[in-house]
Amino acid sequence: MEEFLEMKIFKVSVERLLLNGGQTLYMVGCSLLAGTIVGFLMALVLVLCRKGGLTENRILYQVVNFYINVVRSIPFIILLVTIMPLTRAIMGTTIGSRAALVPLVVYISPYLARLMENSLLEVPPGILEAAQAMGASNWQVIRYFLVPETLGSVVLAMTTGTIGLLGASAMAGYCGGGGIGDLALTYGYEKMNTPLMVFTVVILVLLVQLLQIAGNRISRKLREHR
Amino acid sequence: MIRLENINKSFSDRRKVVKALQDVSIHVEKGDIYGIIGFSGAGKSTLIRMVNRLEKPNSGRVVVDGQELTDLTAAQLRKVRRKIGIVFQQFNLLESKTVFQNVAIPLILERADKERITKRVHEVLQFVELEDRRDAYVSQLSGGQKQRVGIARALVTAPSILLCDEATSALDPKTTESILQLLKRINREMGVTILLITHQMQVIQMICNRVAVMEEGRVVEQGSVMGVFSRPQATVTQEFVRTVIRDQIPESITELLYSERRNYWVDRLKFVGSNVKKPVISEICHIDGVEVNILGATVQELENSVMCIFILQLIGEDDRLEEAEAKIDQAGVLRERVVTS
Ligand SMILES: Nc1ncnc2c1ncn2[C@@H]1O[C@H](COP(=O)(O)OP(=O)(O)OP(=O)(O)O)[C@@H](O)[C@H]1O
Ligand SMILES: [Mg+2]
Repeated sequence: MEEFLEMKIFKVSVERLLLNGGQTLYMVGCSLLAGTIVGFLMALVLVLCRKGGLTENRILYQVVNFYINVVRSIPFIILLVTIMPLTRAIMGTTIGSRAALVPLVVYISPYLARLMENSLLEVPPGILEAAQAMGASNWQVIRYFLVPETLGSVVLAMTTGTIGLLGASAMAGYCGGGGIGDLALTYGYEKMNTPLMVFTVVILVLLVQLLQIAGNRISRKLREHR
Repeated sequence: MIRLENINKSFSDRRKVVKALQDVSIHVEKGDIYGIIGFSGAGKSTLIRMVNRLEKPNSGRVVVDGQELTDLTAAQLRKVRRKIGIVFQQFNLLESKTVFQNVAIPLILERADKERITKRVHEVLQFVELEDRRDAYVSQLSGGQKQRVGIARALVTAPSILLCDEATSALDPKTTESILQLLKRINREMGVTILLITHQMQVIQMICNRVAVMEEGRVVEQGSVMGVFSRPQATVTQEFVRTVIRDQIPESITELLYSERRNYWVDRLKFVGSNVKKPVISEICHIDGVEVNILGATVQELENSVMCIFILQLIGEDDRLEEAEAKIDQAGVLRERVVTS
């Protein structure tokens, strides 16, 4: 075991490779999960509070809408640096994979929110009318009508989001988060280790392909009844 | 059962104000199949949405099953809505769920226990003749089957009122008929009061016992189906009645009339209910100097009774013809002179 971990591939130890790969999975997985929850909540606010929505509320709608537009217009690397005080306040540090989660969630959730807002708006108004006519409370409308009808699209949005996160996590990694990005840049680019660079690129391409295929599969499963 | 009194409702759309309902009053008795007919935009949907308060009136009273809906809290309103089933033209079923799950939703909202849900859903699916499709997804069903699911979903909570917003408008004639028969069974066997909207007079003719005709946000005519069909007053009503009952002289016959040299009148006779049995036509045939020619005839079944329409050409001198018309009027048959030569 020990020997295996110390084995060198492209001049870095297997231990290093596994560690950085794990960091990427951790950053992408956790921020995807949190980002989806936050994004879905924002999408719900947009859909329910919009004009003619279930609980029309212009102010709340405008606030969330504006927030999403602002965050989405900031490039990730700038966002990362700008919200460092926030990151420190929440995580106690700005370095490491855990700290990178804060900017990643802030970055990805408005993006997911927009995608999911579109899916939610695609639910026919008649469905919501039927729900209300059955005497469903607002919470029940969300739980039994909106969520099941949009699950397929949400999975697709998450797939797209994951791929965006992979890119962002590479940048976050370079700024102290670790992960594949750190591997490619610190150990590959800076040490002029071209084979390692190529290796990480291949890994990334494969990963994205796999994700997209899996996402499409699951989404189709959920939506094939339409 | 359902009483709407002096309902007014307008929508303001930017600059324009649409008066969707103007001083509308209707009264649906327990056990009725009450039809509301009108052209697109007449305000029918807005009216039906008043009954389960999906739409709030600007003024007027809505009383459903003895309960005034005007100022209920949101929670009270949800409770009332659970006792009113509704069926839509576009079905509005969840595509992501099976037939069983769709029908079960209203019970799930009530937090009924699993056992009761399974039992009750099975019952209603049996009633609408769809138990064999319980695990199918909505996209795998035909339009008629989808509407049966919609109806089953509306009935699963055993409501006392069923609202149908153009429930058959998206269906072909044969399917329409089977859905209408189903509604009739629901009314008879379950004792459910039905309020339905349509723009097809056939629907009213086939299953309703009462009808209201709407035009531009107003109820222009209402009454028993027999009454409205035999004596339509408003122009729209006459137009609607004409779509199902031919009471005009066929064109080919009009041409024949041009070549008639003798003095004649053409009368339209409507025999309604027990009038049908009166031997009026044979009586006028026996008047000297009157020749009777039947130009057209139709029979319609309405509210389990019949209405016969005869178009008669009466040939003879004016005073003879007057005598014949007097005989018809005496018998209480509705008469209308359509042509005088
Ligand atoms: N939410 C709304 N906002 C603005 N205008 C509305 C709204 N709902 C209905 N209207 C208007 O009110 C009028 C009556 O509409 P309603 O849907 O009741 O007609 P309808 O008789 O059901 O027609 P159809 O047969 O096409 O369904 C129409 O002029 C419509 O444009
Ligand atoms: Mg309508």
